[in-house]
Amino acid sequence: MAIARSSLPRAIAAHAVLIAYTLIALFPVFVIVINAFKERRAIFNSPLALPNDETFSLIGFETVTQQGDFLLYFQNSLVVTVVSLTCVLLFGAMAAFALSEYRFRGNLLMGLYLALGIMIPIRLGTVAILQLMVATGLVNTLTALILVYTAQGLPLAIFILSEFMRTVSDDLKNAGRVDGLSEYRIFFTLVLPLVRPAMATVAVFTMIPIWNDLWFPLILAPAESTKTVTLGAQVFIGQFVTNWNAVLAALTLAIIPVLVLYLVFSRQLIRGITSGAVK
Amino acid sequence: MAAATPDQHKPGRRWHVAIFLAPAVLVYTAIMIIPLFSTLVQSLFNTVDGERAFVGLKNFQTLFGDPRWAASFWNALKNNVWFFVVHMLVQNPIGVLLAAILSNPNLRMRGFYRTAIFIPTILSFVIVGFVWKLILSPLWGIAPSMLDAIGLKHLFGSWLGQEGSALTTLALVSVWQFVGIPMMLIYAALLSIPDEVIEAAEIDGLTGMKQFFKIQLPLILPTVGIISILTFVGNFNAFDLIYVSQGAQAGPNFSTDLLGTLLYRTFFGFQLQLGDPNMGSTIATMMFLIILVGVAIYLFGIQTRLRRYQF
Repeated sequence: MAIARSSLPRAIAAHAVLIAYTLIALFPVFVIVINAFKERRAIFNSPLALPNDETFSLIGFETVTQQGDFLLYFQNSLVVTVVSLTCVLLFGAMAAFALSEYRFRGNLLMGLYLALGIMIPIRLGTVAILQLMVATGLVNTLTALILVYTAQGLPLAIFILSEFMRTVSDDLKNAGRVDGLSEYRIFFTLVLPLVRPAMATVAVFTMIPIWNDLWFPLILAPAESTKTVTLGAQVFIGQFVTNWNAVLAALTLAIIPVLVLYLVFSRQLIRGITSGAVK
Repeated sequence: MAAATPDQHKPGRRWHVAIFLAPAVLVYTAIMIIPLFSTLVQSLFNTVDGERAFVGLKNFQTLFGDPRWAASFWNALKNNVWFFVVHMLVQNPIGVLLAAILSNPNLRMRGFYRTAIFIPTILSFVIVGFVWKLILSPLWGIAPSMLDAIGLKHLFGSWLGQEGSALTTLALVSVWQFVGIPMMLIYAALLSIPDEVIEAAEIDGLTGMKQFFKIQLPLILPTVGIISILTFVGNFNAFDLIYVSQGAQAGPNFSTDLLGTLLYRTFFGFQLQLGDPNMGSTIATMMFLIILVGVAIYLFGIQTRLRRYQF
């Protein structure tokens, strides 16, 4: 622990920089949220003012809930994100365990093969992915998106998790083997709980690009019934380009779920980062 | 390092290895590797007289030989390089600075700052594109009135609407959005430096900025290298931010066109031009090669020269 040397002026300077940057980071979000709760004229006349008795209005939210199928879009996004994330974490952890625990022929090669996808974006295969989904009848289904995002998330997940699993003590696993636990039990009951912080880190970095992706929903699942919230909001902006109330309300609603997911995971994320430091 | 390693299991009893690997390998191969490979192959085919035929490198000849194709490709590539340069010059220094300040163990409210600064990264491009268009709009915009309030209104221009500044503006918006990632990774790297190293530096009289540049910075260079290559790969298949703020046409006058938007227009078509999967594959193949060259330069040219320290 560094000696408490931080003099007062230096602490003030540090806080000044951080507060300044925090304002820059949050200001646009603030603008969206406060204006979502104002009536139309107040948005134009005083965009930076907080809503007050006179200007407060929920008309935007009413338009959104009546017009768009926003509830459905949210549901689609949640299903796609949660299922893909589960698959990435489960399959990724299993493969990472195989790579870090067992020595078998082709282990190194398999590791390299699975790591290719970290550097090469899956988007470059879009032409053939679309053809594949057309051929299998999966166009405009959430399954198509889940498959693509699972494949997209696996390489990084396997890479990070296998690094972490190498640090799990062999004695513990061998004690389990002596006790007659099967390899599956060892994985699920001994190893998985120990790498939970790493799983949280992987979860955050996997979840964000999935939730925010516009490319694959646009190409693979643009139908009304399978739109994700990102695509839905984009289309909505196009249709209601002059209805600021509705657009701002839609965007405010779109922020909430991912913010909640992030805040839930972020505690674990910090732990993941610190335990990475401890190793 | 226990003596008994699981290798001693007999081969017949090692089905579990295959079972652990199977789901990941199957999904990854079927959805990522095979389509990627198939896309590369399709760049060698085209439709001749209504039939699919092998045409060798003719698509590439079209891409580089036909003045219209060549002009859009080089324009997109040039823009993409500039997009990347802005990220490297702005995003990474800000990320390092914020992480360095945050890693001070005596700082209060670190958790709050860390969470707040990371929030733009979790927002979708749709929100980011829209809100910055609003802020920078000459009509409704908040930026003009804020500049007016401090008497600098003459500095304002419609940055997103002008050919000369639109791309840089969007690159800076993207930096604003993603600065949280380098910050988090460097923060983690800084935390992993053992206290003894820092204490030894302090005993030798190295403190503050000097300590940071002499001790911490060299130790986190490998992380900076990883961030750079991740930024490179991310930038060279960027699409969303341009699409949501300027549309698939990447206006004004294609001045914000990146390889990703060019690929989208070519593959999917726009306005009167029909989509062309083979030319799309050709552009995807070029992007693949560009990324491959970048990754190779990093792996063989940079990463091997960075000293790694084991604690």
